[in-house]
Amino acid sequence: MWDYTDKVKDYFFNPVNAGVLEHANAVGEVGAISCGDALKLMMRVNPETEVIEAAKFQTFGCGSAIASSSALTEIILGKTLEEALKISNQDIADFLGGLPPEKMHCSVMGYEALQAAVADYRGVEWRDDHEEGALVCKCFGVDEGMIERAVRANKLTTPEQITNYTKAGGGCLTCFEGIEAVLGRVNEEMVAEGLISFDEAYRIGAMDARTLRQKARPKGAEPAKVEPKPIIALADIERAAAGTIVLERPVEAPAAMAASATRLTTVQKVRLIEKTLDEIRPYLKLDGGDCELIDVDGNNVVVKLSGACVGCQQASMTVNGVQEKLIAATGLPLRVIPVK
Amino acid sequence: MTTPVYLDNNATTRCDEAVVEAMLPFFTEQFGNPSSMHAFGARVGGAVKTARAQLQALLGTEFDHEIVFTAGGTESDNMAILSALEIDPGRDEIIISAVEHPAVLSLCGHLEKTRGVKVHVIPVDGRGLLDIAAYRAALSQKTAIASIMWANNETGTIFPVAELAELAKEVGALFHTDAVQAAGKVPIDLKSTVIDMLSLSGHKLHGPKGIGALYVRRGTRFRSLIKGGHQERGRRAGTENTPGIVGLGKAAELAALHMADEKTRVAALRDRLEKGLLQRIPNAFVTGNPDERLPNTSNIAFEYVEGEGILLLMNREGIAASSGSACTSGSLEPSHVLRAMNIPYTAAHGAIRFSFSRDNGEADVDRVLEVMPGIIEKLRALSPFWQGADKAPATFNPVYA
Repeated sequence: MWDYTDKVKDYFFNPVNAGVLEHANAVGEVGAISCGDALKLMMRVNPETEVIEAAKFQTFGCGSAIASSSALTEIILGKTLEEALKISNQDIADFLGGLPPEKMHCSVMGYEALQAAVADYRGVEWRDDHEEGALVCKCFGVDEGMIERAVRANKLTTPEQITNYTKAGGGCLTCFEGIEAVLGRVNEEMVAEGLISFDEAYRIGAMDARTLRQKARPKGAEPAKVEPKPIIALADIERAAAGTIVLERPVEAPAAMAASATRLTTVQKVRLIEKTLDEIRPYLKLDGGDCELIDVDGNNVVVKLSGACVGCQQASMTVNGVQEKLIAATGLPLRVIPVK
Repeated sequence: MTTPVYLDNNATTRCDEAVVEAMLPFFTEQFGNPSSMHAFGARVGGAVKTARAQLQALLGTEFDHEIVFTAGGTESDNMAILSALEIDPGRDEIIISAVEHPAVLSLCGHLEKTRGVKVHVIPVDGRGLLDIAAYRAALSQKTAIASIMWANNETGTIFPVAELAELAKEVGALFHTDAVQAAGKVPIDLKSTVIDMLSLSGHKLHGPKGIGALYVRRGTRFRSLIKGGHQERGRRAGTENTPGIVGLGKAAELAALHMADEKTRVAALRDRLEKGLLQRIPNAFVTGNPDERLPNTSNIAFEYVEGEGILLLMNREGIAASSGSACTSGSLEPSHVLRAMNIPYTAAHGAIRFSFSRDNGEADVDRVLEVMPGIIEKLRALSPFWQGADKAPATFNPVYA
């Protein structure tokens, strides 16, 4: 049984805006053959204001596909087309309190239906550039298509690069062989197409998954270096999200920095933390997230993640990144604790 | 809350109380190792022997030592196929059907990829019947083993394994059958066939999980998969799971006792459910071969709706069944069995398997008949394909990703 949130169940059992919308002037029909889902989104758009005044859906698909479709109609109602186009699939998933990684494509389908419906309204042709494949990395919900695109676009030739570009393999690593298989196949094709040389191409088995794990898991604090972000087990992410554990062991700061930092007063420390958070904030905002300082208690820094960070699979990585930055800036063995 | 209705017995069954009772002493006072010389071991050894005889009776084998206890159906399937590849280097081809359980399919896929073994996958027709001509054509002096299931787990369709084994013998190949779904549900008499190996699982016949058996006909060359001690006459190393073995033996004995009930009462329940559903719900059809199938299984495709939604709504009503193969839930692909049968995907996705057992009664059927029409109707109202009963589906051509 899938691990659906109560909100997903509620929107599946009692979907709102289901059925045919009469006099719709914007209709999007999309489907994902891989899981047999198909969605028809019908909207009535006010030609004067471009406000979506009514929206209904019909969906052939699983519980989360129906819930995502219904959620989408609620999200877009009353928005202008411009506003609606800014909605991402993650917004749909967040609205539902998250979706299992295997089911994230349901939210993608909602996103695509919306794009298609707006294109239909504007009388332009909507082309789907989204190709799906089998889900490779379950921790971060990365499918074969996404890995292939990253490999091709960036001429990647090692599994480690794939983890850095797509996050696939950044969790439990059980998908390592799957990543290798995709990389090997795509590199072979790229050699044949003359995109990379034979020597550059990845040979399956060339890399030991254990070395990948070590590289992806820096031991101590490495000031001023955020990439690659430290990676922790999925179970920890879930427990951290539930607020039951603190994510990272307190890290010993370099001695020299610690010495200078001990002279900070509490007020100076808080100011420095705030200043550092302000520097990080633009990067979080790029991903649609934000981070607010709630409290500083000794070396514990309590923060509240908001926006896209909430329910995001990578929230813990964000927290770790923030922690590293703060340690580097203050020289204190700070511990960042996210709260809801 | 109404009483829950469990109609997913092809996924797993409830362990019979009598089975649990038989097992219990073997966790505590009868803890001895059957290999030991002393009295502690000897008593347990006797119980293992009894269990072997109980399985011998269920399967109609000539000798009790033809039964090898394993950790389950999947292990048995793996043992049979891997052994066959080892005994004759000149024979390195495998023949299987397109609708085998993943325990066979995925092993063969792996062998093809890593060992260069040639795997012939024999197609089935729209009713799930094996293409016998293709099977014959695939058999050759290169065939190490043909492995065809006795009955399919999703549709219940029964394969003519006795005849298929005869054909395999003509070219000197071994014949194995995955009888995980058939054992205990239909009569099996191995001594009257030329089947070399057969796999079964305890938890599919009201026995415990984690125990199974592989039948290996006397004289069949066999290489053990798990190396270690001399247990099971050197064919399966590792200290015996004695409580499990005792439980499986008891379960086999009970299954033989209930076989008549399965064939008559349980089959009648299944038939009443099937007929009732088809009468009440338009655009639904039975998949598989209704003339030759397990007495407990019905697989019905409800067009233009999707299985997971059906299961979630059924679950809310306390009814358990499955969509596609239970083993493949967690993946998103429609069942490989229904795809092999060329069932259109708008129907394959909406296929629900109802599988009964001797625990079920008339009230279960009544309950399903009461709630299913509403469930399908509710989901069809949401479906962009649905136009109404006996109307052609809506012209709906989504842009596929």
